[in-house]
Amino acid sequence: MSAVAVPIEAPDEGVQQRKTARRERYRQLLRSPTFIVGAFLVAIWVICAIGYTHLAPSDPFATEPLRRLRAPSSQHLFGTDRLGRDVLSRVITGARVILVVAPLATLIGTVAGTALGLVTGYFGGIVDDSLMRLVDAFLALPLVILGLLFLVALGPSTIAVILVIGIVFTPIIARTVRAAVLAERGQEYMQAAKLRQERAPYIMFVELLPNVLPSILVEFTVRLGYAIFAIVTLTFLGFGIQPPSPDWGLSIFDHYAFISGGFWWPVLFPALAIATLVVGVNLASDAISQAFER
Amino acid sequence: MARFLLRRVGLALVTLLLLSMIIFLMANVLPGDVGRRILGPFADPRAVAALNHQLGVDRPLVIQYLSWLGGAVHGDFGRSLSFRAPVSDLLSRALVNSLKLAAVAFVMVVPLGILGGIVASLNRDKFLDRLISVTSLSGIAMPEFVTGIVLILLFGITLRIFPITATAPAGSGPLTQIYYLIMPSLPLVFVLFGYIARITRAGMNEALDADYTRTAYLKGLSRGMVIRRHVLRNALLPTVAVVATQTGYLIGGLVIIEFIFNYQGIGQLIFTAAQQKDFPLLQAGVLVVGIVYLTATLIADVLYSLLNPRIRYGGAE
Repeated sequence: MSAVAVPIEAPDEGVQQRKTARRERYRQLLRSPTFIVGAFLVAIWVICAIGYTHLAPSDPFATEPLRRLRAPSSQHLFGTDRLGRDVLSRVITGARVILVVAPLATLIGTVAGTALGLVTGYFGGIVDDSLMRLVDAFLALPLVILGLLFLVALGPSTIAVILVIGIVFTPIIARTVRAAVLAERGQEYMQAAKLRQERAPYIMFVELLPNVLPSILVEFTVRLGYAIFAIVTLTFLGFGIQPPSPDWGLSIFDHYAFISGGFWWPVLFPALAIATLVVGVNLASDAISQAFER
Repeated sequence: MARFLLRRVGLALVTLLLLSMIIFLMANVLPGDVGRRILGPFADPRAVAALNHQLGVDRPLVIQYLSWLGGAVHGDFGRSLSFRAPVSDLLSRALVNSLKLAAVAFVMVVPLGILGGIVASLNRDKFLDRLISVTSLSGIAMPEFVTGIVLILLFGITLRIFPITATAPAGSGPLTQIYYLIMPSLPLVFVLFGYIARITRAGMNEALDADYTRTAYLKGLSRGMVIRRHVLRNALLPTVAVVATQTGYLIGGLVIIEFIFNYQGIGQLIFTAAQQKDFPLLQAGVLVVGIVYLTATLIADVLYSLLNPRIRYGGAE
């Protein structure tokens, strides 16, 4: 902090206007039908993820060798899987797996990407150029293929999946943050901070960060959708979360071979769970990005 | 135009070089000991050393990379460990199959997506627009295997309209082959429809709000004439770019589609290589995917600049 305090940032009409605009955005967001439907779908799964011990009718890990692959009935609403486990209980408990793994992976990418984006956007020059080339190279590969290559090299595990998604997201999120930083560079508060001879880290994290935060939040929700997509896909291919986790992608992977025999329930219900979650996240994140007018 | 082209090609080559480094590092450095990763923790150390020597991974890293890159430039990617055949033979055969699948998907989705975007835009903020928007958003987010499995359950097993494999019996004609490829391409159609419809809608909305459109109306042109002559021409520009760019992403979806529909394409090959820890095949397959994507983006850029002179003359980026 500099001792010479120049009151350039005193709350004036401009700041007041910005606040009103922000409140208007939230109001618009809460009224958007896209957001309401999306948030509702996500909320259902969040409730399952938190209260799974109370909501699941039976133990999702308890095997019953004599009741394998039973069709849906009043006793097991979604039927039982190949080990005699209750599919409904596993679908409910599975929400917890994906809703921990996906946000964690996205968070890692967002934190690392934000730091990288702030530095490159603020300093520019050669660091900036090389980052952009790196992003181009990373973007040339579909997320699933890049993830596959990483996971073969590292060996499949839940931790590896989280790390891989985080690493792959880092340069992509860095690019978004960088663009937001470039838009802020000419602002008055930035000039003021430079005139006060603030240190670069102070300017980046105290002055810039709060102002680019909306872009980061929007980017987080968009990436979250992609993270869920990539994680369930990699798990379905056998390279992600490992048994006996009740993860949805894993359940489908486990029972995929049985569908030609007519055993549709251990596959269809987790598939519908994935579908509702990704649609919910995507509807909500689209409404959020529209409200913040990216 | 020549300068623009040269710059774009140069940039693509730099990106490709960087990409080859990333892939090489991931396949050769990340596993630590490559031979150990392939043979497992209980293998004889001498066997691991022998495999490492056979693979050439006991040489210095820079030499390894340069010899791999040198081979790749000549189309020589070494030999596959699991198939015991040259990687380039396997890849070229698989690529042809994948292109067939991608072509069927494209023929369906491009007209459908553009039409969806136009209809949505002409009914802006009405029910039809909302419906198309929600369908697009759902499509973009939907993992291909989820759509694929639901389709297999519905059309393959319950209704028995389509076969549940993408591979037609040997010696069948092109029509039968296409018939086998229709259901496998539907999940891709679902994803791509979202991208194409959304960008077309955005382009249409922008063109409809533009001054030249108002001028055209004020000149007294009919609505159909304005849309055909002024709106569509400008609105479809970004769509061209998106269609070409999505070709690359299509290949990512192929891994899953080819796996669940048991189709011998590049996606299936990459998946098998991953399962077998066949690193020579895996890194070559991934590089080919990258090349396809970069080529598609390059074509998109050039096409876009041909259609829109402002990009060509108005400085870079």
